Amino acid sequence: MKTAIALALSLLCAVTSANAQTQSPDPLQVRSWAAGCANCHGTDGRAEPGMISLAGSNKDDLVKKMQDYKTGRVQATVMHQLAKGYSDAQIVAIAGYFAAQKK
Amino acid sequence: MKRRQFIQGAGTGSALGAMGLMSGCASIGSGSSAKVVVVGGGYGGATAAKYVRMWSNYGIDVTLIEPNPSFISCPISNLVIGGSKTMADVTMSYDNLVKRHGVKLVKDFVTQIDPEKRLVKLASGSEISYDRLILSPGVDFMMETLPGMGKAGAQDKVLHAWKAGAQTVALRKQLEAMPDGGVYAMSIPLAPYRCPPGPYERACQVASYFSKAKPKSKVLIFDANDDVLSKGALFKKAWSDRYKGMVEYQGKHNAVDVDAATNTLKFEFQNDVKAAVLNVIPPMRAGDIAVKTGLATANKRWCEVDFLTFESKAAKNIHVLGDAIQIAPAMPKSGHMANQHGKTCAAAVVAILSGKEPNTLPIYNNTCYSFVSAEEVVHVASVHAYDAEKKTMLTVPGSGGVSSQASALEGVYAMAWARNIWADSLA
Repeated sequence: MKTAIALALSLLCAVTSANAQTQSPDPLQVRSWAAGCANCHGTDGRAEPGMISLAGSNKDDLVKKMQDYKTGRVQATVMHQLAKGYSDAQIVAIAGYFAAQKK
Repeated sequence: MKRRQFIQGAGTGSALGAMGLMSGCASIGSGSSAKVVVVGGGYGGATAAKYVRMWSNYGIDVTLIEPNPSFISCPISNLVIGGSKTMADVTMSYDNLVKRHGVKLVKDFVTQIDPEKRLVKLASGSEISYDRLILSPGVDFMMETLPGMGKAGAQDKVLHAWKAGAQTVALRKQLEAMPDGGVYAMSIPLAPYRCPPGPYERACQVASYFSKAKPKSKVLIFDANDDVLSKGALFKKAWSDRYKGMVEYQGKHNAVDVDAATNTLKFEFQNDVKAAVLNVIPPMRAGDIAVKTGLATANKRWCEVDFLTFESKAAKNIHVLGDAIQIAPAMPKSGHMANQHGKTCAAAVVAILSGKEPNTLPIYNNTCYSFVSAEEVVHVASVHAYDAEKKTMLTVPGSGGVSSQASALEGVYAMAWARNIWADSLA
Protein backbone atom coordinates (compact mmCIF):
# COMPACT_ATOMS: atom_id res chain seq x y z
CA MET A 1 0.00 0.00 0.00
CA LYS A 2 2.70 2.41 1.08
CA THR A 3 4.68 1.41 -1.97
CA ALA A 4 1.68 1.98 -4.18
CA ILE A 5 1.14 5.46 -2.81
CA ALA A 6 4.81 6.30 -3.10
CA LEU A 7 4.82 5.02 -6.65
CA ALA A 8 1.70 7.02 -7.49
CA LEU A 9 3.23 10.13 -5.96
CA SER A 10 6.51 9.70 -7.76
CA LEU A 11 4.64 9.14 -11.04
CA LEU A 12 2.61 12.27 -10.37
CA CYS A 13 5.79 14.24 -9.69
CA ALA A 14 7.40 12.84 -12.80
CA VAL A 15 4.40 13.80 -14.90
CA THR A 16 4.26 17.27 -13.35
CA SER A 17 7.92 18.02 -13.88
CA ALA A 18 7.75 16.62 -17.40
CA ASN A 19 4.84 18.95 -18.05
CA ALA A 20 6.80 21.90 -16.73
CA GLN A 21 9.75 21.16 -18.96
CA THR A 22 8.37 19.91 -22.25
CA GLN A 23 4.78 21.00 -22.68
CA SER A 24 3.77 24.38 -23.99
CA PRO A 25 3.17 26.98 -21.28
CA ASP A 26 -0.14 27.37 -19.45
CA PRO A 27 -2.62 29.03 -21.85
CA LEU A 28 -3.63 31.52 -19.16
CA GLN A 29 0.01 32.50 -18.67
CA VAL A 30 0.32 32.99 -22.43
CA ARG A 31 -2.84 35.12 -22.42
CA SER A 32 -1.22 37.36 -19.80
CA TRP A 33 2.04 37.53 -21.78
CA ALA A 34 0.09 38.56 -24.88
CA ALA A 35 -1.83 41.14 -22.84
CA GLY A 36 1.51 42.83 -22.26
CA CYS A 37 1.51 43.73 -25.97
CA ALA A 38 -2.01 45.18 -25.86
CA ASN A 39 -0.93 48.59 -24.54
CA CYS A 40 0.26 49.38 -28.07
CA HIS A 41 -1.34 46.69 -30.22
CA GLY A 42 -4.84 46.72 -28.72
CA THR A 43 -6.76 44.35 -26.46
CA ASP A 44 -6.30 40.82 -27.86
CA GLY A 45 -4.24 42.38 -30.66
CA ARG A 46 -7.05 44.39 -32.25
CA ALA A 47 -5.36 47.77 -32.59
CA GLU A 48 -6.68 51.29 -32.79
CA PRO A 49 -5.70 53.30 -35.90
CA GLY A 50 -2.00 53.97 -36.33
CA MET A 51 -0.71 50.68 -34.91
CA ILE A 52 -0.42 47.21 -36.42
CA SER A 53 -3.14 44.75 -35.40
CA LEU A 54 -1.80 41.32 -34.41
CA ALA A 55 -5.14 39.50 -34.06
CA GLY A 56 -5.67 36.83 -36.70
CA SER A 57 -2.16 37.19 -38.15
CA ASN A 58 -0.27 34.19 -39.45
CA LYS A 59 1.63 32.64 -36.55
CA ASP A 60 4.80 31.91 -38.54
CA ASP A 61 4.86 35.47 -39.90
CA LEU A 62 4.60 36.88 -36.38
CA VAL A 63 7.39 34.62 -35.12
CA LYS A 64 9.60 35.60 -38.07
CA LYS A 65 8.99 39.33 -37.52
CA MET A 66 9.82 39.06 -33.85
CA GLN A 67 12.94 37.00 -34.58
CA ASP A 68 14.03 39.55 -37.19
CA TYR A 69 13.73 42.29 -34.56
CA LYS A 70 15.34 40.15 -31.87
CA THR A 71 18.38 39.23 -33.95
CA GLY A 72 18.72 42.74 -35.37
CA ARG A 73 18.07 41.65 -38.99
CA VAL A 74 15.35 44.30 -39.07
CA GLN A 75 15.71 47.65 -37.31
CA ALA A 76 12.72 49.43 -35.82
CA THR A 77 12.14 52.40 -33.54
CA VAL A 78 11.28 50.31 -30.50
CA MET A 79 10.41 46.70 -31.40
CA HIS A 80 14.03 45.60 -31.81
CA GLN A 81 14.57 46.66 -28.18
CA LEU A 82 11.43 44.94 -26.86
CA ALA A 83 11.86 41.70 -28.87
CA LYS A 84 15.20 41.08 -27.16
CA GLY A 85 13.37 40.74 -23.84
CA TYR A 86 11.41 37.65 -24.87
CA SER A 87 12.64 34.04 -25.16
CA ASP A 88 12.12 32.08 -28.38
CA ALA A 89 9.52 29.91 -26.63
CA GLN A 90 7.65 32.98 -25.35
CA ILE A 91 7.64 34.50 -28.85
CA VAL A 92 6.17 31.29 -30.32
CA ALA A 93 3.51 31.08 -27.60
CA ILE A 94 2.50 34.75 -27.88
CA ALA A 95 2.39 34.53 -31.69
CA GLY A 96 0.12 31.50 -31.36
CA TYR A 97 -2.20 33.44 -29.07
CA PHE A 98 -2.58 36.36 -31.48
CA ALA A 99 -2.96 34.07 -34.51
CA ALA A 100 -5.94 32.45 -32.78
CA GLN A 101 -7.74 35.78 -32.11
CA LYS A 102 -10.53 37.07 -34.32
CA LYS A 103 -9.45 39.95 -36.56
CA MET B 1 15.14 25.01 -8.22
CA LYS B 2 12.14 24.32 -10.41
CA ARG B 3 10.87 21.75 -7.96
CA ARG B 4 11.17 24.17 -5.05
CA GLN B 5 9.31 26.83 -6.98
CA PHE B 6 6.60 24.32 -7.79
CA ILE B 7 6.22 23.32 -4.15
CA GLN B 8 6.18 26.95 -3.02
CA GLY B 9 3.69 27.77 -5.70
CA ALA B 10 1.50 24.81 -4.80
CA GLY B 11 1.55 25.84 -1.15
CA THR B 12 0.51 29.37 -1.96
CA GLY B 13 -2.00 28.05 -4.42
CA SER B 14 -3.74 25.79 -1.95
CA ALA B 15 -3.97 28.52 0.69
CA LEU B 16 -5.31 31.00 -1.83
CA GLY B 17 -7.46 28.31 -3.37
CA ALA B 18 -9.09 27.68 -0.02
CA MET B 19 -9.82 31.39 0.34
CA GLY B 20 -11.17 31.45 -3.17
CA LEU B 21 -13.44 28.55 -2.35
CA MET B 22 -14.55 30.23 0.84
CA SER B 23 -15.58 33.35 -0.97
CA GLY B 24 -17.11 31.14 -3.64
CA CYS B 25 -19.22 29.42 -0.98
CA ALA B 26 -20.18 32.74 0.55
CA SER B 27 -21.27 34.02 -2.82
CA ILE B 28 -23.28 30.91 -3.62
CA GLY B 29 -24.98 31.33 -0.24
CA SER B 30 -25.85 34.95 -0.88
CA GLY B 31 -26.91 34.23 -4.44
CA SER B 32 -24.33 36.45 -6.11
CA SER B 33 -20.93 36.02 -7.75
CA ALA B 34 -17.55 36.84 -6.26
CA LYS B 35 -17.12 40.53 -5.72
CA VAL B 36 -14.16 42.67 -6.69
CA VAL B 37 -14.02 46.34 -5.76
CA VAL B 38 -11.54 48.55 -7.60
CA VAL B 39 -10.59 51.87 -6.04
CA GLY B 40 -9.28 54.46 -8.49
CA GLY B 41 -10.01 54.65 -12.22
CA GLY B 42 -6.57 55.59 -13.54
CA TYR B 43 -4.43 53.43 -15.81
CA GLY B 44 -4.06 50.67 -13.19
CA GLY B 45 -7.58 50.54 -11.79
CA ALA B 46 -9.51 50.97 -15.04
CA THR B 47 -7.44 48.23 -16.71
CA ALA B 48 -7.86 45.87 -13.76
CA ALA B 49 -11.64 46.45 -13.71
CA LYS B 50 -11.99 45.70 -17.43
CA TYR B 51 -9.74 42.65 -17.42
CA VAL B 52 -11.27 41.05 -14.31
CA ARG B 53 -14.62 41.24 -16.10
CA MET B 54 -13.23 39.97 -19.43
CA TRP B 55 -11.08 37.19 -18.02
CA SER B 56 -13.80 35.89 -15.69
CA ASN B 57 -16.07 35.65 -18.74
CA TYR B 58 -18.07 38.40 -17.08
CA GLY B 59 -18.72 36.16 -14.07
CA ILE B 60 -17.05 38.25 -11.37
CA ASP B 61 -18.91 41.32 -10.17
CA VAL B 62 -16.68 44.42 -10.47
CA THR B 63 -17.38 47.80 -8.90
CA LEU B 64 -15.06 50.70 -9.78
CA ILE B 65 -15.05 53.61 -7.36
CA GLU B 66 -13.74 56.85 -8.87
CA PRO B 67 -14.55 60.43 -7.84
CA ASN B 68 -13.78 62.07 -11.20
CA PRO B 69 -16.49 62.06 -13.89
CA SER B 70 -13.97 61.26 -16.66
CA PHE B 71 -10.55 59.73 -17.13
CA ILE B 72 -7.88 62.38 -17.68
CA SER B 73 -4.57 61.07 -18.99
CA CYS B 74 -1.32 62.29 -17.49
CA PRO B 75 0.59 61.00 -20.55
CA ILE B 76 0.14 63.58 -23.37
CA SER B 77 -1.04 66.21 -20.84
CA ASN B 78 2.33 68.01 -21.06
CA LEU B 79 1.25 68.89 -24.61
CA VAL B 80 -1.70 70.81 -23.17
CA ILE B 81 0.84 72.85 -21.20
CA GLY B 82 2.86 73.30 -24.40
CA GLY B 83 -0.29 74.36 -26.25
CA SER B 84 -0.45 71.76 -29.03
CA LYS B 85 -3.23 69.69 -27.40
CA THR B 86 -6.34 70.57 -25.41
CA MET B 87 -7.85 68.96 -22.31
CA ALA B 88 -10.47 67.37 -24.57
CA ASP B 89 -7.65 65.45 -26.28
CA VAL B 90 -6.62 63.80 -23.00
CA THR B 91 -10.09 63.33 -21.47
CA MET B 92 -11.91 60.04 -21.94
CA SER B 93 -15.25 58.65 -20.79
CA TYR B 94 -15.70 55.65 -18.50
CA ASP B 95 -18.85 54.71 -20.46
CA ASN B 96 -17.35 51.72 -22.28
CA LEU B 97 -16.25 50.08 -19.04
CA VAL B 98 -19.90 50.20 -18.01
CA LYS B 99 -21.62 49.48 -21.32
CA ARG B 100 -19.27 46.95 -22.90
CA HIS B 101 -17.84 45.32 -19.81
CA GLY B 102 -20.57 45.65 -17.19
CA VAL B 103 -18.33 47.37 -14.64
CA LYS B 104 -20.44 49.06 -11.96
CA LEU B 105 -19.13 52.62 -11.78
CA VAL B 106 -19.62 54.46 -8.50
CA LYS B 107 -18.74 58.15 -8.58
CA ASP B 108 -17.56 58.52 -5.02
CA PHE B 109 -14.46 58.74 -2.86
CA VAL B 110 -13.23 56.04 -0.50
CA THR B 111 -12.67 57.45 2.99
CA GLN B 112 -11.84 54.24 4.83
CA ILE B 113 -10.99 50.60 4.22
CA ASP B 114 -11.67 47.89 6.79
CA PRO B 115 -9.44 44.95 5.81
CA GLU B 116 -10.89 42.71 8.54
CA LYS B 117 -14.53 43.15 7.55
CA ARG B 118 -13.55 43.56 3.87
CA LEU B 119 -15.48 46.81 3.53
CA VAL B 120 -14.83 50.15 1.89
CA LYS B 121 -16.55 53.24 3.27
CA LEU B 122 -17.45 56.06 0.92
CA ALA B 123 -17.67 59.83 1.34
CA SER B 124 -21.40 59.58 0.61
CA GLY B 125 -21.76 57.43 3.73
CA SER B 126 -22.47 54.11 2.04
CA GLU B 127 -20.37 50.96 2.37
CA ILE B 128 -19.38 48.33 -0.18
CA SER B 129 -18.12 44.86 0.70
CA TYR B 130 -15.57 42.90 -1.31
CA ASP B 131 -13.98 39.49 -1.68
CA ARG B 132 -10.93 41.11 -3.24
CA LEU B 133 -10.03 44.81 -3.22
CA ILE B 134 -7.86 46.30 -5.97
CA LEU B 135 -6.45 49.61 -4.86
CA SER B 136 -5.00 51.88 -7.52
CA PRO B 137 -4.83 55.16 -5.63
CA GLY B 138 -2.03 56.87 -7.55
CA VAL B 139 0.15 59.32 -5.66
CA ASP B 140 -0.42 62.11 -3.20
CA PHE B 141 2.01 64.93 -2.50
CA MET B 142 4.19 65.30 0.59
CA MET B 143 3.39 68.99 0.94
CA GLU B 144 4.74 68.91 4.50
CA THR B 145 8.27 68.80 3.00
CA LEU B 146 7.65 72.35 1.64
CA PRO B 147 6.28 74.27 4.66
CA GLY B 148 5.37 77.40 2.66
CA MET B 149 2.94 75.36 0.58
CA GLY B 150 0.79 75.07 3.71
CA LYS B 151 0.04 78.81 3.74
CA ALA B 152 -3.39 79.97 2.62
CA GLY B 153 -3.62 80.21 -1.14
CA ALA B 154 -0.08 78.89 -1.78
CA GLN B 155 -1.24 75.74 -3.52
CA ASP B 156 -3.53 77.73 -5.81
CA LYS B 157 -0.64 79.92 -6.92
CA VAL B 158 2.32 77.54 -7.03
CA LEU B 159 1.15 74.60 -9.10
CA HIS B 160 2.42 71.05 -9.56
CA ALA B 161 0.16 70.10 -12.49
CA TRP B 162 1.34 66.54 -11.77
CA LYS B 163 -2.17 65.10 -11.79
CA ALA B 164 -3.70 65.93 -15.14
CA GLY B 165 -6.78 68.09 -14.66
CA ALA B 166 -7.56 71.56 -13.33
CA GLN B 167 -3.90 72.29 -12.53
CA THR B 168 -2.84 71.42 -16.08
CA VAL B 169 -5.18 74.12 -17.39
CA ALA B 170 -4.16 76.58 -14.66
CA LEU B 171 -0.43 76.17 -15.40
CA ARG B 172 -1.07 76.74 -19.10
CA LYS B 173 -2.93 79.96 -18.20
CA GLN B 174 -0.02 81.14 -16.03
CA LEU B 175 2.35 80.62 -18.96
CA GLU B 176 -0.01 82.44 -21.33
CA ALA B 177 -0.29 85.38 -18.91
CA MET B 178 3.48 85.60 -18.37
CA PRO B 179 5.13 88.51 -20.22
CA ASP B 180 7.87 87.75 -22.76
CA GLY B 181 11.22 87.76 -20.99
CA GLY B 182 9.80 86.05 -17.90
CA VAL B 183 11.26 83.06 -16.09
CA TYR B 184 9.52 79.70 -15.67
CA ALA B 185 11.18 77.60 -12.96
CA MET B 186 10.44 73.97 -12.20
CA SER B 187 11.59 71.89 -9.26
CA ILE B 188 11.89 68.09 -9.49
CA PRO B 189 11.87 65.89 -6.37
CA LEU B 190 14.25 63.05 -5.61
CA ALA B 191 13.26 59.78 -7.26
CA PRO B 192 11.06 57.82 -7.05
CA TYR B 193 8.21 59.95 -8.31
CA ARG B 194 5.44 59.55 -10.90
CA CYS B 195 6.70 59.54 -14.50
CA PRO B 196 10.52 59.84 -14.37
CA PRO B 197 10.93 61.60 -17.77
CA GLY B 198 7.80 63.76 -17.30
CA PRO B 199 9.51 66.86 -15.85
CA TYR B 200 12.09 66.95 -18.65
CA GLU B 201 9.37 66.55 -21.27
CA ARG B 202 7.47 69.40 -19.63
CA ALA B 203 10.55 71.63 -19.78
CA CYS B 204 10.69 70.90 -23.54
CA GLN B 205 6.99 71.70 -23.93
CA VAL B 206 7.28 75.01 -22.09
CA ALA B 207 10.36 75.87 -24.16
CA SER B 208 8.51 74.88 -27.34
CA TYR B 209 5.74 77.32 -26.44
CA PHE B 210 8.18 80.09 -25.44
CA SER B 211 10.23 79.71 -28.61
CA LYS B 212 7.10 80.44 -30.66
CA ALA B 213 5.30 82.97 -28.44
CA LYS B 214 7.79 84.43 -25.92
CA PRO B 215 11.31 83.95 -27.27
CA LYS B 216 13.05 86.12 -24.65
CA SER B 217 11.78 83.93 -21.80
CA LYS B 218 13.72 81.31 -19.82
CA VAL B 219 13.07 77.78 -18.60
CA LEU B 220 14.98 76.87 -15.42
CA ILE B 221 15.01 73.27 -14.22
CA PHE B 222 16.09 72.54 -10.64
CA ASP B 223 16.44 68.81 -10.11
CA ALA B 224 16.98 67.28 -6.66
CA ASN B 225 18.55 64.31 -8.42
CA ASP B 226 22.20 64.36 -9.49
CA ASP B 227 21.38 64.36 -13.17
CA VAL B 228 18.55 63.88 -15.70
CA LEU B 229 16.99 60.55 -14.71
CA SER B 230 15.64 59.32 -18.00
CA LYS B 231 16.66 59.79 -21.66
CA GLY B 232 19.29 62.22 -20.38
CA ALA B 233 21.38 62.62 -23.53
CA LEU B 234 18.27 63.05 -25.69
CA PHE B 235 16.73 65.72 -23.47
CA LYS B 236 20.02 67.57 -23.10
CA LYS B 237 20.43 67.58 -26.86
CA ALA B 238 16.95 69.08 -27.25
CA TRP B 239 17.79 71.80 -24.71
CA SER B 240 21.20 72.65 -26.18
CA ASP B 241 20.23 72.49 -29.88
CA ARG B 242 16.53 73.10 -30.25
CA TYR B 243 16.07 75.51 -27.34
CA LYS B 244 19.55 77.02 -27.32
CA GLY B 245 20.02 79.71 -24.66
CA MET B 246 16.50 79.21 -23.31
CA VAL B 247 16.70 76.14 -21.06
CA GLU B 248 19.04 75.84 -18.09
CA TYR B 249 19.29 72.53 -16.22
CA GLN B 250 20.82 72.17 -12.76
CA GLY B 251 21.04 68.90 -10.86
CA LYS B 252 21.59 68.45 -7.09
CA HIS B 253 19.15 71.28 -6.33
CA ASN B 254 16.85 69.99 -3.62
CA ALA B 255 13.89 72.35 -3.10
CA VAL B 256 13.00 72.52 0.59
CA ASP B 257 10.58 75.44 0.76
CA VAL B 258 8.47 77.81 -1.28
CA ASP B 259 7.37 81.40 -0.66
CA ALA B 260 4.26 81.61 -2.78
CA ALA B 261 3.75 85.32 -2.05
CA THR B 262 6.99 86.20 -3.83
CA ASN B 263 7.18 83.13 -6.12
CA THR B 264 10.46 82.12 -4.52
CA LEU B 265 11.97 78.64 -4.45
CA LYS B 266 14.31 77.80 -1.57
CA PHE B 267 16.93 75.06 -1.71
CA GLU B 268 18.79 72.93 0.77
CA PHE B 269 22.18 74.38 -0.24
CA GLN B 270 21.89 76.96 -3.04
CA ASN B 271 20.58 80.53 -3.24
CA ASP B 272 16.88 81.30 -3.61
CA VAL B 273 15.37 81.57 -7.08
CA LYS B 274 12.46 83.82 -8.06
CA ALA B 275 10.36 83.13 -11.11
CA ALA B 276 7.36 84.59 -12.89
CA VAL B 277 5.86 81.10 -13.04
CA LEU B 278 6.88 78.62 -10.37
CA ASN B 279 6.07 74.95 -11.03
CA VAL B 280 6.90 72.87 -7.98
CA ILE B 281 6.65 69.09 -8.31
CA PRO B 282 6.63 68.01 -4.65
CA PRO B 283 7.92 64.69 -3.31
CA MET B 284 5.27 61.99 -3.57
CA ARG B 285 4.03 58.88 -1.84
CA ALA B 286 1.23 56.38 -2.34
CA GLY B 287 -2.26 57.87 -2.39
CA ASP B 288 -3.64 58.86 1.03
CA ILE B 289 -6.08 55.97 1.32
CA ALA B 290 -3.24 53.43 0.99
CA VAL B 291 -1.16 55.20 3.63
CA LYS B 292 -4.17 55.52 5.94
CA THR B 293 -4.92 51.79 5.59
CA GLY B 294 -1.36 50.95 6.68
CA LEU B 295 -0.27 49.59 3.31
CA ALA B 296 2.63 51.99 2.70
CA THR B 297 5.23 49.91 4.49
CA ALA B 298 8.27 51.05 2.47
CA ASN B 299 9.56 54.27 4.12
CA LYS B 300 5.92 55.04 4.96
CA ARG B 301 5.64 56.10 1.32
CA TRP B 302 5.10 53.13 -0.97
CA CYS B 303 3.13 49.88 -0.80
CA GLU B 304 5.04 46.61 -0.94
CA VAL B 305 3.36 43.94 -3.05
CA ASP B 306 3.81 40.37 -4.23
CA PHE B 307 4.67 40.81 -7.91
CA LEU B 308 2.83 37.61 -8.90
CA THR B 309 -0.53 38.87 -7.65
CA PHE B 310 0.00 42.50 -6.59
CA GLU B 311 -1.44 41.50 -3.24
CA SER B 312 -0.29 43.84 -0.47
CA LYS B 313 2.37 42.46 1.84
CA ALA B 314 0.62 44.25 4.69
CA ALA B 315 -3.02 43.20 4.22
CA LYS B 316 -4.70 40.10 2.85
CA ASN B 317 -7.30 40.34 0.04
CA ILE B 318 -6.06 43.83 -0.91
CA HIS B 319 -4.07 44.29 -4.12
CA VAL B 320 -2.22 47.53 -4.86
CA LEU B 321 -1.30 48.74 -8.34
CA GLY B 322 0.41 51.48 -10.25
CA ASP B 323 2.37 54.46 -8.97
CA ALA B 324 1.51 53.63 -5.34
CA ILE B 325 3.67 50.51 -5.12
CA GLN B 326 7.25 50.06 -3.97
CA ILE B 327 8.67 49.52 -7.43
CA ALA B 328 10.92 46.69 -8.55
CA PRO B 329 14.45 47.69 -9.68
CA ALA B 330 14.35 49.87 -12.83
CA MET B 331 10.54 49.72 -12.98
CA PRO B 332 9.21 53.20 -13.76
CA LYS B 333 6.12 54.69 -12.16
CA SER B 334 4.27 55.12 -15.44
CA GLY B 335 0.78 54.79 -16.87
CA HIS B 336 2.02 52.05 -19.19
CA MET B 337 3.40 50.09 -16.23
CA ALA B 338 0.20 50.62 -14.21
CA ASN B 339 -1.77 49.16 -17.12
CA GLN B 340 0.56 46.11 -17.05
CA HIS B 341 0.12 45.81 -13.27
CA GLY B 342 -3.65 45.93 -13.82
CA LYS B 343 -3.59 42.95 -16.19
CA THR B 344 -1.20 40.86 -14.08
CA CYS B 345 -3.34 41.55 -11.02
CA ALA B 346 -6.60 40.86 -12.89
CA ALA B 347 -5.33 37.45 -14.05
CA ALA B 348 -4.24 36.59 -10.48
CA VAL B 349 -7.51 37.77 -8.91
CA VAL B 350 -9.59 35.79 -11.42
CA ALA B 351 -7.44 32.70 -10.75
CA ILE B 352 -7.65 33.07 -6.96
CA LEU B 353 -11.42 33.60 -6.99
CA SER B 354 -11.77 30.50 -9.18
CA GLY B 355 -9.71 28.43 -6.73
CA LYS B 356 -6.75 28.24 -9.11
CA GLU B 357 -3.11 29.05 -8.72
CA PRO B 358 -1.96 32.41 -10.15
CA ASN B 359 0.59 32.25 -12.95
CA THR B 360 4.19 32.37 -11.85
CA LEU B 361 6.07 33.73 -14.88
CA PRO B 362 4.94 37.30 -15.56
CA ILE B 363 6.77 39.23 -18.25
CA TYR B 364 5.74 42.64 -19.57
CA ASN B 365 7.20 45.75 -21.08
CA ASN B 366 7.23 49.48 -20.65
CA THR B 367 7.33 52.01 -23.47
CA CYS B 368 7.46 55.67 -22.63
CA TYR B 369 7.35 58.39 -25.26
CA SER B 370 8.36 62.01 -24.52
CA PHE B 371 7.62 64.95 -26.81
CA VAL B 372 10.66 67.23 -27.15
CA SER B 373 8.60 69.58 -29.36
CA ALA B 374 4.99 69.60 -30.55
CA GLU B 375 5.83 66.86 -33.10
CA GLU B 376 9.13 65.14 -32.33
CA VAL B 377 9.48 62.38 -29.79
CA VAL B 378 12.04 60.24 -27.98
CA HIS B 379 11.31 56.98 -26.16
CA VAL B 380 12.66 54.67 -23.50
CA ALA B 381 11.61 51.01 -23.51
CA SER B 382 12.24 48.08 -21.16
CA VAL B 383 11.14 44.47 -20.61
CA HIS B 384 10.55 43.20 -17.08
CA ALA B 385 10.34 39.52 -16.09
CA TYR B 386 9.73 37.83 -12.75
CA ASP B 387 12.78 36.49 -10.93
CA ALA B 388 11.59 33.63 -8.71
CA GLU B 389 14.67 33.68 -6.52
CA LYS B 390 14.60 37.41 -5.82
CA LYS B 391 10.78 37.49 -5.89
CA THR B 392 10.71 40.66 -7.90
CA MET B 393 10.53 41.89 -11.49
CA LEU B 394 13.91 42.47 -13.15
CA THR B 395 14.72 43.93 -16.53
CA VAL B 396 15.71 41.28 -19.05
CA PRO B 397 19.44 41.66 -19.84
CA GLY B 398 20.07 42.94 -23.37
CA SER B 399 16.52 44.25 -23.83
CA GLY B 400 15.21 47.79 -23.93
CA GLY B 401 16.85 51.06 -24.83
CA VAL B 402 16.22 54.61 -25.94
CA SER B 403 15.72 56.37 -29.30
CA SER B 404 18.82 57.11 -31.33
CA GLN B 405 17.41 60.60 -31.95
CA ALA B 406 14.19 62.59 -31.73
CA SER B 407 11.88 62.03 -34.69
CA ALA B 408 8.46 62.93 -36.05
CA LEU B 409 7.92 59.21 -36.85
CA GLU B 410 8.05 58.45 -33.15
CA GLY B 411 5.66 61.36 -32.65
CA VAL B 412 3.15 59.48 -34.79
CA TYR B 413 3.81 56.26 -32.84
CA ALA B 414 3.45 58.11 -29.54
CA MET B 415 -0.08 59.21 -30.43
CA ALA B 416 -0.89 55.69 -31.68
CA TRP B 417 0.42 54.38 -28.35
CA ALA B 418 -1.89 56.81 -26.53
CA ARG B 419 -4.97 55.78 -28.53
CA ASN B 420 -4.21 52.11 -27.96
CA ILE B 421 -3.49 52.26 -24.24
CA TRP B 422 -6.57 54.43 -23.70
CA ALA B 423 -8.63 51.80 -25.51
CA ASP B 424 -6.92 48.90 -23.71
CA SER B 425 -7.57 50.51 -20.33
CA LEU B 426 -11.03 51.95 -20.93
CA ALA B 427 -12.77 50.42 -23.94
